[in-house]
Amino acid sequence: MSIAVALQNAPAPAATAVECRGLDKDFGEGETRVQALCGVDLEIPSGELTLLVGPSGCGKTTLISIIAGLLDPTRGEVTVLGERLTEMRSGPKISFRGKNIGFVFQQFNLLPALNAAENAALPLLIAGWNRARAVAKASSLLEAMGLAGRAHSMPSELSGGQQQRVAIARAIVHEPRLLVCDEPTAALDAHSGQLVMELIRQVAVHRDRAVIVVTHDQRVYRFGNRIISMSDGRIESVAVQQPT
Amino acid sequence: MNWVALKMLTGDRSKYLGIVFGITFAALLMGQQASIFCGLMLNTTSQIRDIQGADIWVMDPNVQFVDDLKPLSENDLHRVRGVPGVAWGVRFYKGLTRARLDNGNFQQVILLGLYDATLVGAPQEITHGTLADLRAPDAVIMDETGFRYLWPNETFRPGRVMEMNDHRAVIVGLCKASPTFQTFPIVYARYSQAVQFTPRERKVLSFVLAQGYPGLPIAEVCRRIHAQTGLQALSREEFIWKTINYFLRRTGIPINFGITVALGFFVGSAIAGQTFYLFTVENLKQFGSLKAMGVGNLRLVRMILLQAGVVGLQGYGLGMGLAVLFGMGMKAAAKTIPPAFFMPWQILAGSAVAVLAISLLASLISIRRVLILEPAVVFK
Repeated sequence: MSIAVALQNAPAPAATAVECRGLDKDFGEGETRVQALCGVDLEIPSGELTLLVGPSGCGKTTLISIIAGLLDPTRGEVTVLGERLTEMRSGPKISFRGKNIGFVFQQFNLLPALNAAENAALPLLIAGWNRARAVAKASSLLEAMGLAGRAHSMPSELSGGQQQRVAIARAIVHEPRLLVCDEPTAALDAHSGQLVMELIRQVAVHRDRAVIVVTHDQRVYRFGNRIISMSDGRIESVAVQQPT
Repeated sequence: MNWVALKMLTGDRSKYLGIVFGITFAALLMGQQASIFCGLMLNTTSQIRDIQGADIWVMDPNVQFVDDLKPLSENDLHRVRGVPGVAWGVRFYKGLTRARLDNGNFQQVILLGLYDATLVGAPQEITHGTLADLRAPDAVIMDETGFRYLWPNETFRPGRVMEMNDHRAVIVGLCKASPTFQTFPIVYARYSQAVQFTPRERKVLSFVLAQGYPGLPIAEVCRRIHAQTGLQALSREEFIWKTINYFLRRTGIPINFGITVALGFFVGSAIAGQTFYLFTVENLKQFGSLKAMGVGNLRLVRMILLQAGVVGLQGYGLGMGLAVLFGMGMKAAAKTIPPAFFMPWQILAGSAVAVLAISLLASLISIRRVLILEPAVVFK
C-alpha cells in the first residue's frame, strides 16, 4: 500500500500532531556514511495510537528520536504540535520537550534511587513543581493505573510490568500532547506486554494527544489505529485500522 | 531537582561510600602529614618562642637558624647596648651539653643561660619551685617533659643532682617548655652558671637579647643595630621564620612530607575521580532520560556539582576530623615527649582547597561525559 493511498483511505484526523517532510538522516561521513532515513514524509494525528513497525535497523528509532527533538535531521522539516523543531534552538527545544512530550522506554529507565511515585513525578519536578504536590499527583495517577500501594516501592521491588506502568505514569503525568514509546513491551512477557498496551490505549490515548509506539511485537498490532511500516529508512506503508 | 541528585548519589551505596572514602583518605593524609610537618617546624623554633621579655635577637651575621651558634664576644654586647634606640641588651647563652645523671647515665641537654641580674628569657610557667630558686648556687630548672624523660615514674623533689662539665647542677624546679626539635631536655641556669656547665671556650655569648625604647619600631631598632655593629638583629617573628626557612631549604623534611601530601592528593583524586566517573557512567542512561525529559545541560551540571560538593564536604569533614583525632590520640598516648602535631587554620583551608580541587577534578570528567551525551541514547 502506498502512502498516498493510505492517507486517502484514512478517516480525517482531528489534528495533525506530527508532520515530517523530506526527512533525511545520515550518520558518518564519506565512505562510512550511513543513510538512516531517506525522504520520509509523514503525518501523525492526535487522538490516535500510531504504531511504527519494521525490521531492526530500518530507521524507526532514528525517526522517533527526530520527532521527539532528541536528534536533528540532516535534511527536511519536522513540525510537532505546530512548532517547527528543525528551526528551534537547543534551549527552547529542551523546554518544549519537557512540556509537551512524554517518553516510555524499552528498559523503563526508572531512577533506581527513587520510589515509584517519585519516579512518576519527575516530569513535574523538572517543570518546577513543588515536591510534595508532584509526588501526590503522581501517586494518584499510579493508583488509577492499578498500582495503589506500590507508590513507595523502589523499582527493584517491582515486576517488569509494574515498572513499565510506572514509566507510563511518568510519561503522562505532566499531560503531554505527544507520547513516544520505544518498544514498551520488548522487555516484558506476552501477558504483561498486552496489559501495558491496554493501559497505554486506556490512559494515554485521548483526543488531544498523539501516541507513537515503536514495536517489533506483532501481537500488539491490534492496539493501533494506524500502523506505519518502515524499511531501509523509508516509509513502506501506512495502514489504518479499527483497534480491537 | 537537587534532592533527585542527592538520592541518585546516595542510592548507589557502594559507590557513594567509595567516593567519600577516597576524599576522606586524601583529606586525612594531607591534614595529618601537613600537621606533623607544621608541628616539626614549630618545634625548631620552640626556644625562640619560649624566650620572652626581649623583642630583639642579636647574633653573628652568619647565623642561619636558632641552633646555628656562632658565639659573640663580650664587646659585641656593649656595642649593641650603645646603639641609639636600644633600651637594654643582655647576654643569653644557648648550647648543647652532656649531663651525667645520678645513675651514671649520660644525656645531652639543651642548656639556656639567662642574664644573671634580670633572668630575661626565663620560662613563662614554673610548675615546681620558683624562678628565684635559680639564684641559688649550682641551681638549674628543667622542663617537665625532660624530667619525665630522664626519670620516668618519679615524682619531682627539689635537690636532685646531676653533673655537667664536671660541675654539680642541682635541679631546683620544673617548668613548662615547648617541645623541641631535638627532643633533648631543656635546662635553664643563670648565664654565669651556664658557662661553667660547658667546656671553656674563648667566646661563649650565643645571643644578645635586646629591647628598643618604647615607641620605636622594632624593625628600626634592628636596622640601627645592624648598621652600627654589623651584627644580625632580628625580631622574634623574623628569627622564627628565618629558622623555619632554613629547615625548609636545607633539609629533606619538606620534600618528604610534601611527597606524602602529594600522594594523598593524587591517590585520593584517583580513587574519588574513578569512582565518581564510574558512578556517572553507570547512570548515563538515567542522565539521558532526564535530558530527554527536558533537563538542560546547565541543570545537569549543577546536579553533578552538587553531588561532588556533598561528597567533598563529607570526605573533608571526616578526613580532617580523623586527622585531629589522630593528633589528639598521639598526644594522649605520649608518656614523655609530646608528638609534633600542629594544625593551624592554614592547613584546614589548604586541605579544603585541595579537596575542592579533587571534587572538581572528579566531577569534571563526569560533567564532560554527561554534556556530550546525546539524549537519543535513551532509545538505544
